[in-house]
Amino acid sequence: MASYPDDLYYSKDHEWIRVDGDKGTVGITHHAQDQLGDVVYVELPSAGSTYAQGDAFGSVESVKAVSELYLPVAGEIVEVNAALADTPETVNTDPHGDGWMVVIKIANPDEIAGLMRSAAYEAYAKEEGGE
Amino acid sequence: MIRKTPLNDAHRKLGGKMVEFAGWDMPVQYEGPIPEHLAVRNYAGLFDVSHMGEIVVRGNGALALVDYLTINDPKQLKDNQAQYSAMLNHEGGIVDDLLVYRMNATEIFLVVNAGTTKKDFDWIKTNESGFDCEVVDMSAYYAQIAIQGPVAERILQRLTSTPLDKIPSFWSVMGEVAGLEAFISRSGYTGEDGFELYCREADAVRLWNALLLEGTDDGLKPCGLAARNTLRLEAKLMLYGNDIDDTTTPLEAALGWVVKLDKGEFIGRDALVDRPLTRRLVGFEVLDRAPARDGYKVVVDGEQVGTVTSGSPAPYLKKNIGLAYLPVDIAKIGTEIGIVVRERTVPAVVVKTPFYKRQQRFD
Repeated sequence: MASYPDDLYYSKDHEWIRVDGDKGTVGITHHAQDQLGDVVYVELPSAGSTYAQGDAFGSVESVKAVSELYLPVAGEIVEVNAALADTPETVNTDPHGDGWMVVIKIANPDEIAGLMRSAAYEAYAKEEGGE
Repeated sequence: MIRKTPLNDAHRKLGGKMVEFAGWDMPVQYEGPIPEHLAVRNYAGLFDVSHMGEIVVRGNGALALVDYLTINDPKQLKDNQAQYSAMLNHEGGIVDDLLVYRMNATEIFLVVNAGTTKKDFDWIKTNESGFDCEVVDMSAYYAQIAIQGPVAERILQRLTSTPLDKIPSFWSVMGEVAGLEAFISRSGYTGEDGFELYCREADAVRLWNALLLEGTDDGLKPCGLAARNTLRLEAKLMLYGNDIDDTTTPLEAALGWVVKLDKGEFIGRDALVDRPLTRRLVGFEVLDRAPARDGYKVVVDGEQVGTVTSGSPAPYLKKNIGLAYLPVDIAKIGTEIGIVVRERTVPAVVVKTPFYKRQQRFD
């Protein structure tokens, strides 16, 4: 069964963020990678780019589809996971860990409170279903 | 209303992810496009293609009508032999691509695309006058299951007394598989050896289950539309609606080998002869990790010169490949082009096709 770590916050767009001070690490959830299937390509922005909450900041591609990545809270990109260029499949094998996408400097910490915690997200993902 | 094949429940039980395709509720994948694609290249895959249309033309004038409607020459066919062909409109555009089977001198069996079955049937009816034959849409009567891959013959042979090694590519025979009546054709849409089996709708579940059970130990996997698409693209087989349509001619689509201009009159022939060839469909390989996708722009020196008609990662070749129409003067192997992927232009090069060609068997 999918497990959604307790220390992450989750968005309705199926991204997660791990908050560490004024920084946050962002990735896609187990449910999102499962829906996508085998990830073959991840396109990430350059450090320094800034985005509003919900903005598309990159894309992740499987054999059959392209999916946009949406930032769960506003912020500036300070680091991207360059390892995904060579090993995009990490997004499938470790979506909440080594499959992270970007680190951001969080612009507005109040936005975090509007995200879901583990149990709520698990129920939300289940409701969205496997199709 | 979305239509279902007789195997709909079977797909769901196997965990198939269902999507709408050409008005049908079809499995896009089970385990995933990559393992399914590789199973077909290395072992075998099982496909429900019951959504395809079947049209029968019957009577003394059947062969003459099909000859008049198609670009290949059905007069060359022997009983039980098939050929790849296409029907054209009067402008030389492709109404549909299809398989033409000669069952016998007075019965021709046409296998057409799911999304175009009604259009094709109407087109044939529009042009049938003067030919002594009847045209019947048999699509609701037949299910079609394809078993494809290097071990497809071995698996299928264990379920039938029909000697499969006596059926060459593009030949067919009536027989029994797992005790069920089936029309067995050595053909497919994957670039591999394999068979397409036509059976009664009511027998489809039993035939499907028998094949799956028999083949699992040989590496047979059920395959969805996603793998079917990447397999056919690696083999550069046309997808109607993407690579060819009412506006593209078979000469533009590099299907000149199918067109028999000297066979006599057929619909679209004059247009093919008269219409200047300005563009040609080519295969390209992207020299970047970003996949090309259907609809992406093709550019040279910043100017758009074409559009990707089919583009995808190729799971067996482990490259990003695609097809596009280019102006004839640059539609040459080695031409460097750019593919616009979102805000980036990635380099690509026109390559020899098919991208994938299976090793010939020496038996």
